[in-house]
Amino acid sequence: MSKGYRKYFGKKLIWFVVTLFFAVVLNFLLPRLMPSDPVASIVNKVIGSSTDTTAAQEMYNHFAEEFGTNKPLITQFFIYVKNLFQGNLGTSFSQYPRKVSDIIKTSIGWTLALQIPAIIVGWILGNVLGAVAAYIRKGWDKVVMPVSMFISNIPAFGSAIILLYIFAIKLKVAPVAGAYSYEMIPNFSWKFISSVIQHYQLPFWSIVLISIGGQAIGMRSMSIYELNADYVKYSRFLGIRDKKIVGYVFRNAMLPQVTGLAMSLGTSIGGALVAERVFSYPGLGSTMFGAVTSADYPLISACTLMITLMVLIVTLLLDVIYGFIDPRVKAAQFDA
Amino acid sequence: MKSTLKQLLHSPKFMTGLITFLVVLILVIVYPFIVPGDPLERIGVGTFAKPGIYFSLYDSVTTQRETLKLSNADEKRMAAAVDEEDKAAMKELIKKTETAYDGDLDDTVFLIEVWEENYDAMMQTKMKSADKKYYQRIQKRLEALKSADNMLVYDEDSEDSKTTITKTDYVRTGAVANVKVLPLGTENFGRDMLKELLAAAGTSLKIGLLAGIVATLLGLFFGLLSGYLGGWVDEVIMFITTMFTVIPGFVLLILISYSLGQEARGPMIIAVVIGLTSWTWTARSVRSQVISLRNRDHVNLSKISGHSLARIILTDILPYIASYVVMAFILQVSSGILAEAQLSLLGLGPKTTTTPTLGLMMNWAMNYSAHTNGSWWAYFPVIFIIAAITFSLNQMNTGMDQVFNPALRD
Repeated sequence: MSKGYRKYFGKKLIWFVVTLFFAVVLNFLLPRLMPSDPVASIVNKVIGSSTDTTAAQEMYNHFAEEFGTNKPLITQFFIYVKNLFQGNLGTSFSQYPRKVSDIIKTSIGWTLALQIPAIIVGWILGNVLGAVAAYIRKGWDKVVMPVSMFISNIPAFGSAIILLYIFAIKLKVAPVAGAYSYEMIPNFSWKFISSVIQHYQLPFWSIVLISIGGQAIGMRSMSIYELNADYVKYSRFLGIRDKKIVGYVFRNAMLPQVTGLAMSLGTSIGGALVAERVFSYPGLGSTMFGAVTSADYPLISACTLMITLMVLIVTLLLDVIYGFIDPRVKAAQFDA
Repeated sequence: MKSTLKQLLHSPKFMTGLITFLVVLILVIVYPFIVPGDPLERIGVGTFAKPGIYFSLYDSVTTQRETLKLSNADEKRMAAAVDEEDKAAMKELIKKTETAYDGDLDDTVFLIEVWEENYDAMMQTKMKSADKKYYQRIQKRLEALKSADNMLVYDEDSEDSKTTITKTDYVRTGAVANVKVLPLGTENFGRDMLKELLAAAGTSLKIGLLAGIVATLLGLFFGLLSGYLGGWVDEVIMFITTMFTVIPGFVLLILISYSLGQEARGPMIIAVVIGLTSWTWTARSVRSQVISLRNRDHVNLSKISGHSLARIILTDILPYIASYVVMAFILQVSSGILAEAQLSLLGLGPKTTTTPTLGLMMNWAMNYSAHTNGSWWAYFPVIFIIAAITFSLNQMNTGMDQVFNPALRD
């Protein structure tokens, strides 16, 4: 690896670490900045209307100790970070005495296996459709654009529910909820895997559908912009074959789309997580919903941290890929 | 300015967007005048009443009647009495006995006609006695309906005041004292769905508007500052905005909403929080616009003339980026509405018992499993109206983009 590349990737890595640090700080600080005492409100929620004051006091002390809220903020932060490094995310309230890290471990696998392939497939399909729409314009463009315009405006949970209604409720070709048949215990049998695949379809395609629309629109306008650029006119003037020009155009329009994917990840993940709730898919989205309804503070905070971490890692990966495909980054290594 | 407006009015995209938006807006404003009352009033005791016209059965007994003799009234009455399972069994028997018919068996009235005509012949064929009994039971029920005599309705207190209802009695809906039209049925709490939906759309529009204003003002302020001043101010602001494009705004939104606690989460507080977590990309795009303007001649001239910073920004920079800011604002409004809906679906939406929002309605419908029990009217209209609002705003945005940025024109 040349010096230029090392510099580029080094910079990206430093940026990753800095952002991660701030994400952790925010995750730690935001709930603690609020005027209300988090431990008191948690105890209130857990105890409810019970009037047993000694029990409430005991519980308060227990959680105050666990969060360290009785210590100064900076000490709390160090305890928090130390625990993070040990993979200790605290104890769940709603599923007491399960460890939060344990719950996260089981749900994050489902989320990763669902979201990442779906986002990638949606991105590819969207870009191809957008580029084709830009190139053909007449006819095809008139059909594809309005349709993807409208689809991209249906909120993520909306398209999830519509798919659920059509395929699971009306046509009964897909299961209604879950990631596998409820009577099964996860194992490596063929029966279990086929059940997982069956349950995978609807959530997968609903997330694909969400990302197609937006990507197609972006790619189309990028391609149109590039097709009108001077270098295209000049190449035509020189008599370069259309096929070759389209290749250049596609590549140039593609680059911002890679960045676009990285930028849109943060927003699309929200919708995708909500889609999990619609299908009761046992991933982070459903876990978070459960945590919110049962006021399970450690679990919520762990979920948000995991989501941030996921987005950060994917962004870093995209930056690395971008470095390899963008000619300008490549050119920079010759300058160095 | 005038010509730009004219161009906008000729842009088909902008106009579709504008008209869709106005239709929603007018519905939201006008509907409460047509159907007055509290949108959160629980009129239904059960959950999820189907859409339709409901008239009081009690009142219709005493309403003045007309006699109408309709030819297939009996068949229709019978059709209403057979369920899906019975229909499937009837179809199976007709198919099995190879009975000839001319029409569509999915049409229940026709199915019953065929059944009636051929029942005796079909029962002659060989079949299991359990099946035979099942078919006979269906037939018996149908026969009973056909031959059913008049109905008697008594007053609970005195048996003298009885009313006879014959099969040919009809009352005009308009003549019944109590009729309630529920175009979208009722939702899980038994509220008038359409009325609540439009009230919710109104709140959601307000939330989107406030979130958009907060985000645009903050974005504009920091974008101008960072783009015009440059230097360390620029670097700090850029550092923050770049970070927030990577850290999902949605995550911040969840953290803040949760930390606020249930009591503090009114719809407008949620709107402000949404605005606070989404200003960064407006700031970034404003900054890049300002940077390209910063060294234009007219700005330099103002600087040399000793005009104040505020004046330069107000007269030399803002007018040039105004169209851009309006477009960013429109997008912020639409993403604000979506953000509220998503937040509510995670159970972190506004905590209120007095105002519905689109997200809350969606959340309620999901909590009561409207999506799995087939009550489409409880969630589909909500999705549709969210899509219509965001679609209209985005169309307006694209239309403006094409007018201001000729390279994108069709």
